[in-house]
Amino acid sequence: MNKKEMICIVCPMGCRLTLQEDVNEEKGYKVSGNQCHRGIEYGIMEQVNPTRALTSTVKIKDSSLNRLPVRTDHPIPKAMLFECMKLLNHIEIQAPIKMGDIVVENVLNTGANIIASRSMA
Amino acid sequence: MLNYDIVVIGGGPAGLAAAIEAKKNGVDSILVIERDRELGGILQQCIHNGFGLHIFKEELTGPEYAQRFIEQLEDMGISYKLDTMVLDISEDKSLMVMNRTDGLLKIRGKAIILAMGCRERTRGAINIPGTRPAGVFTAGTAQRFVNMEGYMVGKKVVILGSGDIGLIMARRLTLEGAEVKAVAELMPYSGGLTRNIVQCLDDFDIPLFLSHTLIDIKGRDRVEGITIAKVDENRKPIPGTEQHYECDTLLLSVGLIPENELSKSAGIQLDSITGGPVVNEAMETSVKGIFACGNVVHVHDLVDWVTEESRRAGRNAAKFIKDELWDGGPSFRTAAEKGIRYIVPHMVRVENVEQTVDLFMRVDDVYTNVNMVVKLDGVRIRTITKKHLAPGEMESIKIPTKFLKEKSGGLLTVCLEKEGA
Repeated sequence: MNKKEMICIVCPMGCRLTLQEDVNEEKGYKVSGNQCHRGIEYGIMEQVNPTRALTSTVKIKDSSLNRLPVRTDHPIPKAMLFECMKLLNHIEIQAPIKMGDIVVENVLNTGANIIASRSMA
Repeated sequence: MLNYDIVVIGGGPAGLAAAIEAKKNGVDSILVIERDRELGGILQQCIHNGFGLHIFKEELTGPEYAQRFIEQLEDMGISYKLDTMVLDISEDKSLMVMNRTDGLLKIRGKAIILAMGCRERTRGAINIPGTRPAGVFTAGTAQRFVNMEGYMVGKKVVILGSGDIGLIMARRLTLEGAEVKAVAELMPYSGGLTRNIVQCLDDFDIPLFLSHTLIDIKGRDRVEGITIAKVDENRKPIPGTEQHYECDTLLLSVGLIPENELSKSAGIQLDSITGGPVVNEAMETSVKGIFACGNVVHVHDLVDWVTEESRRAGRNAAKFIKDELWDGGPSFRTAAEKGIRYIVPHMVRVENVEQTVDLFMRVDDVYTNVNMVVKLDGVRIRTITKKHLAPGEMESIKIPTKFLKEKSGGLLTVCLEKEGA
């Protein structure tokens, strides 16, 4: 890789980034086309270790609805999304639960927790 | 008959923000009416993140965004009725309402805020040919089934339309184990945000076919397959470009329509382009004391802008109750010209505006390097240069009131001009 084009997904702006290998840069890459500092971080991460926030649902017992929406509290490696989904398939939560409560701690040793996205009685 | 100062119809993001803001502005007698079993509206099924970047400066999921407003509403002691349907509004602002506990009852508001949102266009609305098997869903219905009720809608899926809901559902169904074979879009560009194309389609190698439409659905009891074809510049299918996909499910993400049956029964004037009420700077409709906000007025792409607009409606409804809303003074009509599809609000009474007049609009095509030009009675008063404009992204322009204050009224227009022209 010498040069790579990508679209920043940090916010809805969708900046068109150009990533270039550069030994003079601290992290080995130079990012251009970004309109904020988060674009630099994203561009390099996307090259070195692409991560995504995961949002999904788990089963919930004794609630008005059958599914509780959950999310990772930090992005996890993109390659682990499906493995994480598999794990969530086997989780069943007992109502009531509060928004922000931890559903799975340190999921797949990523350092991220799966937390409830809403309260459910 | 129950009497309130303000009755809000709809407990989604628009209704919640409007009710809270009205209360903050000194009105205590408020009722929110919601037809679902809980508050929050469609946000409750939008479990993905990306909400709240403007309002809260953080990235929330739909349910989290909703819960912040629901908690605030409850903390403020604003009353609401769930599982309750408004059947009719008359021009004297009395509502015919029904639910299982109260039966049929009449509720009267000194002011009413319409916050009913929008609904999805269906197969019938776009006349898709083919048989009529099970397995054809609107993307939002599928979203509710999967994310709230816990039913998977299918195993092999094709999605028609590349609006944000369609893109989000492509990712969601893929994560849940379905095979999403393709997304077909009639227009030569996607109606969704670029970041959603990257993180919902590219991440999972789902192909997006631009300038394609659906020409056939096959299957008797359940969808067995669909056929798409490329379209020419008149959006007519080109013979010989057909592609057949075997699938059991078709999702439609082909647009949203403001839900205005109640507005019509109240005799409110509607805009034929937006499908929503004609409103002034206070978000007041053509019937005095009836306000409207959110997707019932025009379809927004970010909930943050719905919240902002609804706060304006709530604030002004409170002013109306306190008799502080001006109805005289200079007023300006707005009109969309070349390149602009519509402008909200349709009318501006300068006396009611604090610092800037905010105009919201959508363009009619994809443009690069153009100027958005604001004119007052044909004279240019503002020019804003834009690198990129797309119909999927709502634009806003702020006009300082100083341009309008000395005038006795007139016509405000916005058009697009090529840069340098």
